[in-house]
Amino acid sequence: MIAFHNVSKHYNDQKVLEDISFKIAPGELVSIVGRSGAGKSTIIRLLIGEEKPAKGRIIFGPHEVNRMLPSELPALRRKVGIVFQDFKLLPTKTAHENVAFALEVEGRSQPEIEELVPQMLDLVGLADKGHLFPHELSGGMKQRVAIARAMIHRPSVIIADEPTGNLDSYNADEIVKLLLKINELGTTLILATHSRDIVNKVKRRVITLDDGRIIKDDPHGDYIL
Amino acid sequence: MIPMATTFFRIIKFGFQNFARNGLLSATTVAILVMTLLVFNGLLMFGVISKSAIASLEDKIDISVYFSAGATEDQILSLEKALESLPEVKSADYISQDKALAIFKDRHKEDEAIAQALNELQANPLLASLNIKAQSPSQYQTIAGYLDSENLKGIIDNVTYGENRVVIDRLARIVDTLRGAGWLTTLLFAAVAILVTFNTIRLAIYSNREELGIMRLVGASNKFINGPYLVTGVIYGVLGGMISLTLAAPAIVLASPYVSIFIPEVSLANYLLVHLPQLIFYHLAVGVTLGSVSAMVAVRRYLKI
Repeated sequence: MIAFHNVSKHYNDQKVLEDISFKIAPGELVSIVGRSGAGKSTIIRLLIGEEKPAKGRIIFGPHEVNRMLPSELPALRRKVGIVFQDFKLLPTKTAHENVAFALEVEGRSQPEIEELVPQMLDLVGLADKGHLFPHELSGGMKQRVAIARAMIHRPSVIIADEPTGNLDSYNADEIVKLLLKINELGTTLILATHSRDIVNKVKRRVITLDDGRIIKDDPHGDYIL
Repeated sequence: MIPMATTFFRIIKFGFQNFARNGLLSATTVAILVMTLLVFNGLLMFGVISKSAIASLEDKIDISVYFSAGATEDQILSLEKALESLPEVKSADYISQDKALAIFKDRHKEDEAIAQALNELQANPLLASLNIKAQSPSQYQTIAGYLDSENLKGIIDNVTYGENRVVIDRLARIVDTLRGAGWLTTLLFAAVAILVTFNTIRLAIYSNREELGIMRLVGASNKFINGPYLVTGVIYGVLGGMISLTLAAPAIVLASPYVSIFIPEVSLANYLLVHLPQLIFYHLAVGVTLGSVSAMVAVRRYLKI
């Protein structure tokens, strides 16, 4: 269970989120939509403890994220898979090593890593690209590697922040299909996006943000902005 | 619970990977570290040369006390003992009348006129003396003051301090200035070298700052993020230390004969040979400390731990 209770966030005097409350049940797919600057990325940063709220409570499973110590946050982040618009792959590691890194930080054994990583790369259609570095991959391939990295440790929640923002329409479709498949397998999926196409294609719960406030929370909604 | 040994080996592996995969950056950083350590080498050699030069200069300064003919050997030896007990006195050597004559004869053995003149003399014309060396040139005045006391006036004929006072004082001032300037120069150059190295490593890590953020988002602990950079810093240090000593050693051996021309007491080649294990240790210690501390400070800054 993920829950935001009356959460507000300010940067200096500028209000970014104002009294936000919502709950996400396990296995749910939720799109958080809104224009640039509406507060979508801030919700994600608050959820993984990158930022502290000015007020309110953020619940993530058994944890109250806003009260967690910096030393406790890595363990929380290891329970989540995050996919970013700009992929955030480690540039000096190959695709295989980028995916393996998520298991290495968990302390998984080398034989286990050698078994799981090729399987995951195969699942995202990059079985033969594991030896390539990020600069040798296309945008779509990079995002697949990022998804493989987010998925490899079987997290209960995947957060995708504008996952198709840097992709052409074909690759964007492929990535959305992949994310939907992941959700169908029982993983909670939080999709922050301003893409009308994606939201309307997914046809699942939509939380619409405008100027830091939730203006609509529709269980089978369309992009209304 | 994450197994410690697995994490440790991964940190080491990633440290080497960082070094190898950032080839140009690593090479530049090691080159800067080598230059820093070469500056340290230069300072060390400057220290050895200036210390030997100062010691040689100090060794040339002494004062002699000449005793009147009436002074007995017991009186002189008792004064020698009293002088040696003074904290300012490094040594006091007694030269009897006979020894003084023997030295004089030996020094002028090829001068027949002097030899003949000495033979014609019935008695030994030379006086017994004490050759006194102080711990430092500035202490000669204290020793001269001690010798000037009333109860010694009966047995002392002459003290050379009065005649050499200007020269001794000037030498004392030169020695003090050289020591002070040596320390100041060393500190200044060392500070510049440390700052340059620190900034180079900081810039190298600055270029990886995005990577630090990604690792954090994937759930890496601070230890897992810091560790590889610490290992890379140690690799910079070890390589920098080894390369700088490899470059400095032949340069020191080549420079040694030229330095000996000016200061015969100094043999840099010999110093290198005798102190090689310490030099290897110092190079590695300074290199590794600079590399690892700079890396740690930089990572902590960009990670905001």
